[in-house]
Order: sequence, then C-alpha cells, then structure tokens
Amino acid sequence: MNKAGERLYNGLVKENPTFVLMLGMCPTLAVTTSAMNGLGMGLTTMVVLALSNLFISLLRRVIPDRVRIPAFIVVIASFVTVVQLLLEAYLPALNKSLGVYIPLIVVNCIILGRAESYAYSNPPIPSLFDGIGMGLGFSFALTCIGAFRELLGAGKLFGAALMPEGFEPIRIFGQAPGAFFVLAMLVAVQNAIKNRRKKAGKPYEKIGSGCSEDCMNCSDRGCTRRFYDAGAAEKKPVRQPGSTAQGKRPKPAQKQAEFEYIDLDKEEK
Amino acid sequence: MDNVKELLVILIGSSLVSNVVLSQFLGLCPFLGVSRKVKTAAGMGGAVIFVITLASFVAGVINQFVLIKFKVQYLDTIVFILVIAALVQFVEMFLRKVMPALYEALGVYLPLITTNCAVLGVAINNEQAEYGILTGTVNGFATAVGFTVAIVILAGIREKIAYNDVPKAFQGMPIVLLTAGLMAIAFVGFSGLL
Repeated sequence: MNKAGERLYNGLVKENPTFVLMLGMCPTLAVTTSAMNGLGMGLTTMVVLALSNLFISLLRRVIPDRVRIPAFIVVIASFVTVVQLLLEAYLPALNKSLGVYIPLIVVNCIILGRAESYAYSNPPIPSLFDGIGMGLGFSFALTCIGAFRELLGAGKLFGAALMPEGFEPIRIFGQAPGAFFVLAMLVAVQNAIKNRRKKAGKPYEKIGSGCSEDCMNCSDRGCTRRFYDAGAAEKKPVRQPGSTAQGKRPKPAQKQAEFEYIDLDKEEK
Repeated sequence: MDNVKELLVILIGSSLVSNVVLSQFLGLCPFLGVSRKVKTAAGMGGAVIFVITLASFVAGVINQFVLIKFKVQYLDTIVFILVIAALVQFVEMFLRKVMPALYEALGVYLPLITTNCAVLGVAINNEQAEYGILTGTVNGFATAVGFTVAIVILAGIREKIAYNDVPKAFQGMPIVLLTAGLMAIAFVGFSGLL
C-alpha cells in the first residue's frame, strides 16, 4: 500500500510528466485551449496509461524482449480504441472537441515511456498506481495550462466568466501561437529553477524517464525509437527486465556525429 | 476540373493554412529536436515528405480495401499505427539494400519518424475526412511539405539566434518555442488564402 502511495506522489509531484519531465508535448499544446479540454484529455490519457501499465506488467514475462515495442503499441492502441468508443458513446461533446488527439494518445511518449521504464520491469499493482499517478500529474498539468490559457484568452474558467467587466481577452492565448508562448514560459521557469539549484550546489539534473529525457530532445531516444529492434544486439544493449528506470541508453556513436542534440545544460557544463 | 481545384485547395490548406506543426502541433519532437542547422532540417524534411506520402497512400489503400470492406473501421488506430511503424522499418531496410544513395541522404532520419505523431495524424485525418486514396495521398504530401517549410524556416532562424544575447533562463528551448510562436502568428495570416 505504501508503494502505491509513493507511486502516486511520484507521478503527481516528483516526476510530473509535464512540468518536470516535459513529456507528451503534442497533446499538451494542442488541447489546452480551455481548462475543460485539458482535464478531459488528461483523464482520458490517465485511463489508457493505468490500464496499459497494468496489462503490460501482467504480460511482462510473456513478451519477448526483441518485440516488446510492437507488443506495447498493440496493448496501448487497444485501450485507446476502447476509450475512444466509450467517449463517442457517453461524452460525444468532449470527443468532438478533442478530435484527432484521442487516437493520437497511442503515440504519446508518456505511455510508451512508462511501459518501457516502469511497467515492463515491475509487478502489476505498483504499475497500475504508477499509471494512475502519472495520469493524475498529466491531468493536473493540462488543467492548469488550460485554465491559464482560457482565463487570458477568453476571460473564463471552466466556461464561467471570471474576469472583471473591463477585461479585454487576449485572444492569442486561445489560439495556436499562445500555446507556444505558454510552453516557452514554463520551460523558462524550469530553467531558472535549475540555474538556481545549480548555483546553490544542489543536484539539478533531470530525472531520467526511460522514454526520453524530455520531449525537446526526442531525436534518438524514446518516443522515436525503432519499432522493431532488429539490430538490437549490435547497436544498443537490450534493456534487461529489472534494470533500473534511470538507466540511460548509450547513444549510437555514428548517429551522434550526424546530429547535435539540444542540451539545455550544454553551455554551463 | 473540379477535381483539380479540390486537390489544389487541399494542397494549400494542409501545407500552409492549417500547418501540421504550427497550428495542429503534430510532429513537435523532430520540429524542435532536429532544427539546429538548415542542412539537417532539410534532410529531416525530405525524409518526412517521403514517409508521410508513402504512409498516407498505404493507409488509404488499407482503409479502402480492408477496413471499409470488412466493416472494421473501429480498428483503425491499431491497424494504422502498426502498418506505419512496420512500413518505416521496411522502407529503411529496402532503401539500404536497393537504393544506397537515397539511403545515405534519408537513412539516418527514418528511424526518427517511426512513431512520429504527424504520420498517424495524417492517416487518421484522411480517414475522418473520408478522402479517397489519391486525395489522401495529396493531403499527406501537402502536410509533409508544410512540415518541411516550417522546420527549415525555424532552423534558419535558430542559426541566427545562436549568436544572440538571450536572457539566461530563456536560453535553449524557451527562445526556440517563442520563435515558433511568432512563426505560428505569421502562419495564422495564411488563413486568408482560402
């Protein structure tokens, strides 16, 4: 039971997928035009995340290591389909406003990341709670961003007018460019905190998240990895089930020469 | 004639007006991750054009001849993601064996696109808009062109930003996101085109 509580806290605060890990940025930017949409997307993702974590954890001794990514994708896509059909039946309005982003939950790197880094190497109950915790963290973050954008962009919160009479809504926050600006501020705040921690001599490195360091450095890690690890043996060490979540995969040397990665800390190192 | 007009509208609409990254937020990862230099950005763009056009064609064929024929449209998400992911892997192997020159140019970028949400997004968009195979393929191509335009412009700006004096907290990603936001404002202007 203690373990479950720890997983919830971990997902909600310590490794919050949006504010700390910066994962799943596509839906974060796209659906947070209002607090309601953010909450809906967050909860939908949470259901898929919790169920797929549970089932991948139950199946972890059955899935062969080499085809684990396709297997994860099948499990995740099945739950997405189930959830999508349920939404269509019972919450058609929400389904309509989230549109194409519901099926796109399949490629949300939070889900694949948790499957790979936690559920595949841990027992079912903690995995379930890990999914719920991460999902709650994601919902919380999306609702916050949605509320902020709705308040500035339309002067409302959950559809209720909140701002005083004279307030002129800043329309741009409700539109696509506003999403980029809000995210830019979020990352800037994160950078500022990190800089200060560094100055104080505290550890400031991000917590590795299995899938990828974060959505900004997706290039060779995590969410864009090979579908089928055909060259797993020679290219990358295959992750052993049971290895720690923090274990970073070494970058393939040849690819590293080709790209440079955006490393927020590079200048300071 | 009507047909050509419809295709043109799709071409402009998908590449500029509702740009895949700047107004739909699909494919943000490569957009932000591989846009440091114009050259790599253009390479990525080329690979994305290749993969999305091919994938939307294949997804269109499967939609027409499997999903609709057997009335299993509710399986679309599962089928599309598996087909796309396998297709990209297959294309990579095929190019390496058959067209080494093209593989040299695009090969390194291909694995990065495997589970890129833009690819799946286009396939699902095509299905929901009930596009046929030709229209869907054109839509896929236009979307990918839009991606390429956006990523090359961003890379061009980032090459300049590298020499600017940016406030410390805004160094790295935040300034890139602000740039993307300003580009998005510019792209909103294209909505007057249609």
